[in-house]
Amino acid sequence: MDISLIFKIASIGILLGILNIILDKADKKEFSYIITLVGVIIVFGMVIGLISKLFDSIKTIFQLY
Amino acid sequence: MDIVQIVGIGIISTILIVLLRQSNKPEFALLVSAITGMIIFLMVIDKIRYVVETLSSLSRSVNMEFTYFSTILKIIGIAYIVEFGAQISRDAGENAVASKIELGGKVIMMVLAMPIILALLDLIIKILP
Repeated sequence: MDISLIFKIASIGILLGILNIILDKADKKEFSYIITLVGVIIVFGMVIGLISKLFDSIKTIFQLY
Repeated sequence: MDIVQIVGIGIISTILIVLLRQSNKPEFALLVSAITGMIIFLMVIDKIRYVVETLSSLSRSVNMEFTYFSTILKIIGIAYIVEFGAQISRDAGENAVASKIELGGKVIMMVLAMPIILALLDLIIKILP
């Protein structure tokens, strides 16, 4: 299994946290919210494939059709 | 060694989750914890498949009725999925959604177990004079 996905998501999160702090300091609260939203959407797109893979494998193993 | 890998992944992701919570990003912490659970499960899924195949061949060799075995298997699978989803929502502080997921799982399990309960009742009625 590739663990790089964990690192990718965590690094995106940390990066967005830093960006949030910077934008808050520069009085750009609205941009920080948009950036968080975009980051969540991107990361969720990465995660959703793995979720479907997990559910498919559970379905085939435990014969849930 | 698989177990060392699994424990290592768990420790690393725990550290990352704590870091993300500290930096005010609980949504990413949630996604990291969910993906960690998935990766660990996908690592052990081959072993689970081996166990299930062994058990099913065992049940076939002792001439147990196969529908009962597959029902038990289905219930275990539903329990795992329900637990996974409920745990994620409980981690995010949504206890209400988690209990609803668990309720749905329980109802579906009950429906699946109904034939077994009926067979048991039939047996009891047959035994009774």
